[in-house]
Amino acid sequence: MSNKMHVKLTVNGEEVEGLAEPRTLLIHFLRENLKITGPHIGCETSHCGACTVDLNGKSVKSCTVFVAQANGSDITTVEGLVNADGSLGVIQEMFREHHGLQCGFCTPGMITRAHRLLQENPNPTEEEVRFGMAGNLCRCTGYQNIVKAILASAAQLNAVKEAAE
Amino acid sequence: MIPAGFEYHRPADLSSAIGILLEHGDEARVVAGGHSLIPMMKLRMAELAHVIDLQDIGELKGIELGASTVTLGAMVTQHELITHEGLAKAIPVIREAALQIADPQVRYVGTIGGNVANGDPGNDMPGLMQCLDATFTLFGPDGTRDVPARDFYQAAYFTSRSDDEILTRITIPVPAAGTGQAYVKQKRKIGDYATAAAAVLIGNGTASVAMTNLSDTPVYSAEASEALANGDIDGCVAAMLASIDPQEDMRGPIPFKRHVAAVILRRAIDSALSRKS
Amino acid sequence: MKDEVQSPEDRSAKLKGMGCSRKRVEDVRFTQGRGNYVDDIKLDGMLVGDFVRSPYAHARVASINAEAALAIPGVLAVITAKDLEPLGLHWMPTLAGDKQMVLADGKVLFQGQEVAFVVAKDRYAAADGVAAVEVDYEELPVVTDPFKAMEPDAPVLREDLAGKTEGAHGPRRHHNHIFTWEVGDKDATEKVLAEADVVADEMVYYHRTHPMPLETCGAVASMDKVTGKLTLWGTFQAPHAVRTVASLISGIAEHNIRVISPDIGGGFGNKVGVYPGYICAIVASIVTGKPVKWVESRMDNLMSTAFARDYWMHGKISATKEGKITGLWCHTTADHGGFDACADPTKFPAGFMNICTGSYDIPVAFLSVDGVYTNKAPGGVAYRCSFRVTEAAYFIERMIEVLAIKLGMDAAELRRINFIRKDQFPYQSALGWEYDSGDYHTAWDKALKAVDYDGLRAEQAQRIEDFKAGKTRKLLGIGLTHFTEIVGAGPVKNCDILGLGMFDSCEIRIHPTGSAIARLGTISQGQGHATTFAQIIASEIGIPADDITLEEGDTDTAPYGLGTYGSRSTPVAGAATAMAARKIRAKAQMIAAYLLEVHDDDVEFEVDRFVVKGAPERFKTMKEIAFASYNQAIPGVEPGLEAVSYYDPPNMTYPFGAYICVMEIDVDTGEHKVRTFYALDDCGTRINPMIIEGQVHGGATEGYAIAMGQEIAYDDMGNHKTATLMDFFVPTAWETPHYTTDHTVTPSPHHPIGAKGVGESPNVGSVPAFSNAVHDAFRAFGLVQSHMPHDQWRIWRIAENLGLHS
Repeated sequence: MSNKMHVKLTVNGEEVEGLAEPRTLLIHFLRENLKITGPHIGCETSHCGACTVDLNGKSVKSCTVFVAQANGSDITTVEGLVNADGSLGVIQEMFREHHGLQCGFCTPGMITRAHRLLQENPNPTEEEVRFGMAGNLCRCTGYQNIVKAILASAAQLNAVKEAAE
Repeated sequence: MIPAGFEYHRPADLSSAIGILLEHGDEARVVAGGHSLIPMMKLRMAELAHVIDLQDIGELKGIELGASTVTLGAMVTQHELITHEGLAKAIPVIREAALQIADPQVRYVGTIGGNVANGDPGNDMPGLMQCLDATFTLFGPDGTRDVPARDFYQAAYFTSRSDDEILTRITIPVPAAGTGQAYVKQKRKIGDYATAAAAVLIGNGTASVAMTNLSDTPVYSAEASEALANGDIDGCVAAMLASIDPQEDMRGPIPFKRHVAAVILRRAIDSALSRKS
Repeated sequence: MKDEVQSPEDRSAKLKGMGCSRKRVEDVRFTQGRGNYVDDIKLDGMLVGDFVRSPYAHARVASINAEAALAIPGVLAVITAKDLEPLGLHWMPTLAGDKQMVLADGKVLFQGQEVAFVVAKDRYAAADGVAAVEVDYEELPVVTDPFKAMEPDAPVLREDLAGKTEGAHGPRRHHNHIFTWEVGDKDATEKVLAEADVVADEMVYYHRTHPMPLETCGAVASMDKVTGKLTLWGTFQAPHAVRTVASLISGIAEHNIRVISPDIGGGFGNKVGVYPGYICAIVASIVTGKPVKWVESRMDNLMSTAFARDYWMHGKISATKEGKITGLWCHTTADHGGFDACADPTKFPAGFMNICTGSYDIPVAFLSVDGVYTNKAPGGVAYRCSFRVTEAAYFIERMIEVLAIKLGMDAAELRRINFIRKDQFPYQSALGWEYDSGDYHTAWDKALKAVDYDGLRAEQAQRIEDFKAGKTRKLLGIGLTHFTEIVGAGPVKNCDILGLGMFDSCEIRIHPTGSAIARLGTISQGQGHATTFAQIIASEIGIPADDITLEEGDTDTAPYGLGTYGSRSTPVAGAATAMAARKIRAKAQMIAAYLLEVHDDDVEFEVDRFVVKGAPERFKTMKEIAFASYNQAIPGVEPGLEAVSYYDPPNMTYPFGAYICVMEIDVDTGEHKVRTFYALDDCGTRINPMIIEGQVHGGATEGYAIAMGQEIAYDDMGNHKTATLMDFFVPTAWETPHYTTDHTVTPSPHHPIGAKGVGESPNVGSVPAFSNAVHDAFRAFGLVQSHMPHDQWRIWRIAENLGLHS
């Protein structure tokens, strides 16, 4: 057993601190210490992507990151993607609109990953969406409506951006 | 799927990292992206008392494009390899291969150094680095030494890097202009290791071929390369087939792997030829 | 009132009732990470349990030493079979009339079997404890092949059954034999086969796989020693059944057990059964007085809970020279692993395998099934399947293809001339089912036309020419399937699980202001019950779906029901919902008549109100009626507006569909690409087209995985070879095909709203479509049968064996 270390993170814009063993996996620190239960545990071998969070601007599988490695970083989870007024963010709304989820277990990871994908590629083709989402598994939807939701999100985010310009 | 406890170190420079390695011997391992090591630790197939995180070491970062060589810091991620436009222009096959590794999330954290250093025969970059005739720079208590990628791999998870050395940089000669480059990989799905993968360079009177996950090390074949350089594709494939030693796993039995090794190598050759000018 | 000028159509649209693609109410929570799954539950002082598991497939457990584990800080207890024995909990009954070890009692029968349960303050300490428990095993000979298991000198697996010649389903004839189940007319079938023009004889294997919902199984048990009440949260597809079983085996009175299924991250049959983890969490909570959580890892999940299929189906199908099918014979060897833990209705030890005559008018048939023990994990669950219907559909759809080859006929035409005709429904099948309705020819013609079947065959013929001429190395496969499902288990007269009749239930309460809450005996795992069942109520009683809360999964509040699996929610609980709503509507009619001062028979229901016949300006809306029911003293009518219905379906429902897959196959690498996947489903009345389409996409993707690579594989030593998602194939968005969906509507004549259920159809129908496409690609070169999964090396092997690589 190892001693606990002091961990400091920014999660969804808020600074948080805690004590944890270095071996604590980031997903467990988020879910159990911080009670941020949006990211889920689906496979534990970095295949399914249910635990995906945004870490310093990268989509990362938090089941395969020690909290010690993440110490000091800036993390966004699906909870942080709602609008300031508490309403659903564009991607969240589009997943609902296009039936991009069923049991909801993969959804937080999917949406968090889609968020980063669209940051990097605001106008993806269907093929690019499928390739860019290939780190996230879903057992319910067959992905077709997830892809649809992400393409619709891109269109809407771009329309909002254009309107603002 | 919970790792055993360990002490965590995050040194700011290489010498400190080596110091910690020296102090703890084989109880310590360095971790880069961690996507090979952490799953092993979670399965408790690797139990370490000390984990040395390399993320703060600036000397291990960055992509440098020189006139005749490209230098990659060991901590350069697959994602950085893919998104670096200059690199894609200089040695396009690196992007082509990196895009076929794992999945987007893993590529954000997975590093070139981790991929080549741990000696996993399933990893894609070792074969490609052999094809490109890259050189690995190792830093240890006795200073720095260079090892050609083609001499680096000894057996599965055994390399010529000693336990107190850290791989710091990879230096790759930029192939001559007009060299056809290709990386072709057969796999079961995104995220899988290769069933068979081939890296091929074809220049004017020169060629280089290496294959992945068909032996306990990546397989560079000088004989196959030479045959290809002479335009003898059948001879190249025959020489490569004589060099590989695939094992049966869930991807299939040995005869299948030998068959697709030849198919994939031919496809890589076709692709490289079509890109050659 | 503005309302008065709206047309009935406008008012109807506002209800968001049946037939509209209402957006899901669940999604507002799920999309922002506010679901509440079992692993999200965190209670004060909660402990965590984890299993020590056997590394061997067959071994004696000589000793268990927990000393080192107990010395680890945070480890509180290590429970073994010895501790459970005094409570009678070291074994538990399975749903199939067998029993299963909760913790290894002297020996282990499969790799990954639960040996000891470590209870600790958190999951890290529990994992350290598991690693520190020392177990001495003495290895025993392993048998993983069900045919070898039935050889005279095969190792004895179940020593606890020594000398027992009678099992739960009749005589046992060998120490590894579980049951023989026979249906149909053996003599008549064998006579027809002997005299037939043509007989196709083939072994069809449906390999072992796993439902693998993205959320694994888990539970939190909390025994309140003050009140004596046990609360059990868990991934339960049948919470009421879990309560009853928990009461029967623990001795805790049923009213002192509250079972709650929170949000469930997919079930697909994995979460129907009762697992050792649930029992151990309960025991640990009783022992420690603290809540105890157990959540399995993915490896635990793939190794120990709920495999599916593993049926070796030997078939013979006979026909006239013209292709008219005259008889069907099938003998199945069913590999159940170390314990028979199938979740089938009691009277059906091989589930509804006897739907294996499929969509065809087959005059005589015989089916026999032998269940066998092997050194593999127990399960045999209905993975997105109504109890072995997937196996049955795969079997008949392969046999049809094999027969077509034998006859030299086009497989589409062979199906067409053998379909049960529309005018034959209700149809009595040779293996004992009464098909309620169907219109197969219409669906089939629509499907063939949609994909341009004739054009595809012409393209395929050209491709074969090109291949032979060396112009291409890719073949084209056209995979056909017409499946008939049997879902909605089921009539209590012949369907029960552990003696619990398979009815289901709904209770509806209308609030004074005209909104409502409905509670059901089912539990959604992604199907969107909160959305669709509200739509049924909205259409039946005219309250907007948005004003209806739907609750499931809490046994203290929901009416008793058998849960959600086997596509039974809509056929059974959906019917209960409509029936409960109709009771409310009947009462509302009396109230409306009283308020309008007319006779009950003089008012009629119109969308959201009762109107006086012939005087449409005189009406009472449901909202007004609801309020009246709470504040008016109406002679002869009780206050309030509530109803409950327990629905015992008169028959099963029989959804059907026509699926066509067009696949490109690389002969040299064994790689494939699905070019087209067309899925026509007839699930009767369609409640929410958006959700139906989503179910089809998802089920077909599971089918794609199963057909094209997913398997639970063991080596000869019983080592599990596919225990992580590296080797257990779950496709990503990249590999997954694009689907085109279509439908016909043939309502169920006996269901209150005509709905039949759809969740499982795409898994049942897509597997043969994908598999038939692979076979069809090689038909011209002589392939008759090759077992799934059709992963790259196995497709390569087909080509290799046909000499296509030389």
